[in-house]
Amino acid sequence: MTLELKGITKRFGSLVANDRIDLRVEEGEIHCLLGENGAGKSTLMNVLYGLHRPDEGQILVGGEPRAFDGPRDAIAAGIGMVHQHFMLIPAFTVAENVMLGDERVRAGGLLDHAKARKDVAEISARYGLRVDPDATVGDLPVGVQQRVEIVKALTREAEVLILDEPTAVLTPQEIEELFTVMRSLREAGRSIVFITHKLKEVKAIADRITVIRRGAVVGTASPDAGEAELASMMVGRNVRLQVEKAQHTGSDTDPIFSVRDLTVLGENGQVVVDDLSFDIRRGEILAVAGVQGNGQTELGEAILGLRPPAGGSIRLEGRELTGRSPRHVLRSGVGYIPEDRSLDGVVGSASVAENLVLDLYDVSPFGRRGSMDVGAVHSNAAQRVEEFDIRTSSVETAVGTLSGGNQQKVVVAREMSRPLRLLVASQPTRGVDVGAMEFIHSRIVAERDQGRPVLIISTELDEVFALADRIAVMYRGKIMAIVPPDTSREDVGLLMAGVNPGDGAAPAEEETIPEEVGDE
Amino acid sequence: MTTTLATPSAATEAPATGRSRRRWYVGGVMILIGAYGLVAFGLGTRTAHGRTSTFGLDLVGAGGVDMPDLKVPAATTAMVLSVICVALGVARMAVEPRRLWRVLTTTAFLACFIAAFLVWATANQSLNFASVLNATVLAAVPLILGALCGVLCERSGVINVAIEGQFLFGACAAAFTASLTGSLWAGLVAGCLAGALLGAILAVFANRYKVQQVVLGVVLNLLAAGLTGFLYDRILQPNSGGYNQALAFPNLRIPGLVSIPVIGPVLFNQNIIVYATMVLIAVVQFGLFHTRWGLRTRAVGEHPTAADTVGIKVLATRYRNVIIGGLISGLGGVWLTIGLNIPFNKNMAAGQGFIALAALIFGRWSPLGALSAALLFGFFEAISTSLQPLGTPVPSQFLTMAPYLATIFAVAGLVGHVRAPAADGQPYG
Repeated sequence: MTLELKGITKRFGSLVANDRIDLRVEEGEIHCLLGENGAGKSTLMNVLYGLHRPDEGQILVGGEPRAFDGPRDAIAAGIGMVHQHFMLIPAFTVAENVMLGDERVRAGGLLDHAKARKDVAEISARYGLRVDPDATVGDLPVGVQQRVEIVKALTREAEVLILDEPTAVLTPQEIEELFTVMRSLREAGRSIVFITHKLKEVKAIADRITVIRRGAVVGTASPDAGEAELASMMVGRNVRLQVEKAQHTGSDTDPIFSVRDLTVLGENGQVVVDDLSFDIRRGEILAVAGVQGNGQTELGEAILGLRPPAGGSIRLEGRELTGRSPRHVLRSGVGYIPEDRSLDGVVGSASVAENLVLDLYDVSPFGRRGSMDVGAVHSNAAQRVEEFDIRTSSVETAVGTLSGGNQQKVVVAREMSRPLRLLVASQPTRGVDVGAMEFIHSRIVAERDQGRPVLIISTELDEVFALADRIAVMYRGKIMAIVPPDTSREDVGLLMAGVNPGDGAAPAEEETIPEEVGDE
Repeated sequence: MTTTLATPSAATEAPATGRSRRRWYVGGVMILIGAYGLVAFGLGTRTAHGRTSTFGLDLVGAGGVDMPDLKVPAATTAMVLSVICVALGVARMAVEPRRLWRVLTTTAFLACFIAAFLVWATANQSLNFASVLNATVLAAVPLILGALCGVLCERSGVINVAIEGQFLFGACAAAFTASLTGSLWAGLVAGCLAGALLGAILAVFANRYKVQQVVLGVVLNLLAAGLTGFLYDRILQPNSGGYNQALAFPNLRIPGLVSIPVIGPVLFNQNIIVYATMVLIAVVQFGLFHTRWGLRTRAVGEHPTAADTVGIKVLATRYRNVIIGGLISGLGGVWLTIGLNIPFNKNMAAGQGFIALAALIFGRWSPLGALSAALLFGFFEAISTSLQPLGTPVPSQFLTMAPYLATIFAVAGLVGHVRAPAADGQPYG
């Protein structure tokens, strides 16, 4: 079934999220929609799925114009969607989630669980989507939850499947599995719209590529196009995909930052960071890779002092940081970029200027005998906005109204404008556009080049490989191994899944004083 | 926490520490309470000198089979029951608690302790246990109906703290309409509709105007108290013969079932509202977990956006459930007047709407759970009134407090962590 969008325009107030977008998806095609965060991809797909009504334009399914009043109409027209944030109910079983809204019922509205289970099993078998119909969704790993979403769409006989940023939460192996499923769906004649901003994936799977920038289609491309070409279409200018980084030089010096036998407990008393040890030297970036939820978050929080460790020690330049308050840790010269800026990076309703001094509001020159020197705060803000290229209409603007990339720059600017002895950055470029990513990466490298030890915690392998001098892979609270940055992606991916590739790789405990640093 | 981590296998055992520590606490408390029972009830002066406790098992005037009175030696029985309590505490400590095990031991513990207490209180006297059970049912009915209303609302994601107000609306409308028309059925319908009206107001403000739902519920309670109080002063009270009579549905005996010993007359010689309550419990319990309506209701309460993306109308579901819930809590109000043969009085709900809310939460948002909690509350309510003539040294206020203490204990031991529907109280759209 072909799907065609003609001149779709969607406005939110004065913002034009989609500007006369044309898109044509052929039967049995994997059509990639490439664009930065905030380019309007998701809005477009929400229009297609009936969640937003377009202000102008037409949707043609199989050549016939259709108007969707809600998801139900879109589903009836054969469109299925796997949202970036899964639309599954954690407390329900797989079968219940799959049948919700399209329930298998006997007379009188009684649920027919047996039939629902059978349908799930059938679709699972047909497309190689392994799921247990009776498992509770909340207990499943994200990769499996995604399969549930796909099964859910397929049981509704979706001819066109929209996958919104499906790889964001997956390990490299899970991404490969997803691609296999996508190929088998393509062979079965289904069309897939694959939304992403990751160039490598586009090139790996797409039959055709449509690039969107600032709400408008800027062109189509074939998957043979070079990454640089695609990136410049997406961003609108030439971008450097490689972070320029001099070779790490400080391998002979003693470690400045060291973590020994660190154990951290999670919310329910379970061990989330398990007896972890590593060192970072002067001018070195250690990147912690791993799938979300393997203890990286808690590691970062423990270093900052947000989460008291249950055992072990954290030392910076020989001084103990274990069990100190976040304020103490920050004032000891630790810069901290938290993984979720909206949660603990910025105060959305406060101004750019205020957010830039959140950690220093009470000390000179900003704080004076219990009051705040507004003048100093403003001149500081003006300087940082300039230096860090924060795109804001004024320093009085509420941070919450800025784009994700600019919000992140506010965080980075604040954390890097103190004299630092250590930089800890969790997901430093999550949800930011390529331009801001480039900038943030170069600032991080600049910190390293000035001799600072840097700890990066990232679930994005691209970021890990771009920045790291050494890569520590975390799995279930432990470091599987610390490897040099020229290790293959496949091997790092295996480590992320808890598999130690080959016999050559030594176990984590023996890697705390690694020899391979200078190999780069 | 530090002690558990000192052991070498701490890493693997740590996940269980929270639960096993609680096992020790709960077991310890059970042993202490049991030991207290042994000393106070078994060895105290009240039960001494070979006194017996007499329990009547026949409900006066209810028919059914005749049951002889139950006479037990006070001291021995209280001691045996207390020892069982201690033993249950020890057992609880010894075994890693599974859910069924927790439920069984806690239920048995509470039953034994209460029995020991009753034996002690009744020593040398007699207590009609059947009428205590009857009073339990009468007290539990509004709590169950209120809690069922809460289940319908909160499972779909709307917090309803206006149950108290719905009771008042229902009670006032039922008494007024029944007195005016002379028809109890008209009173029943009017009372249910009055509850539904308040439910509809709640739904509109919660769904359409997204008012903070707890505050909204409190405001609606004040509205209901004020409005019914005004009507009482100006209309009902000045002409109580015409507008506010004491009326009641007659009791209906269900042949066969009423002959079950002890509980037969208690459960099956009641009026239509009690039977309606039983049916509603079954319907809501079954509907919530076995029908399309139930699946969608729970989906809307857990994750409305997900429900929306599969074409379920979130707001329509919420409106429907809140209004149906209003009908049910309206029926609870009906019970307070023409169910119990009492004319309407100002603020006659007297906090029962809030207790219904407690039953809902302690019953983990499930109809059967709410039923158990409501029966427990009702039972304590009943014993606190029926023990007064026996002249126990326990002040009646303490007995009135007892159900809530018991509930907290039961919740800690039985239910564990209670989790509300994930989207409870969050407006959608």
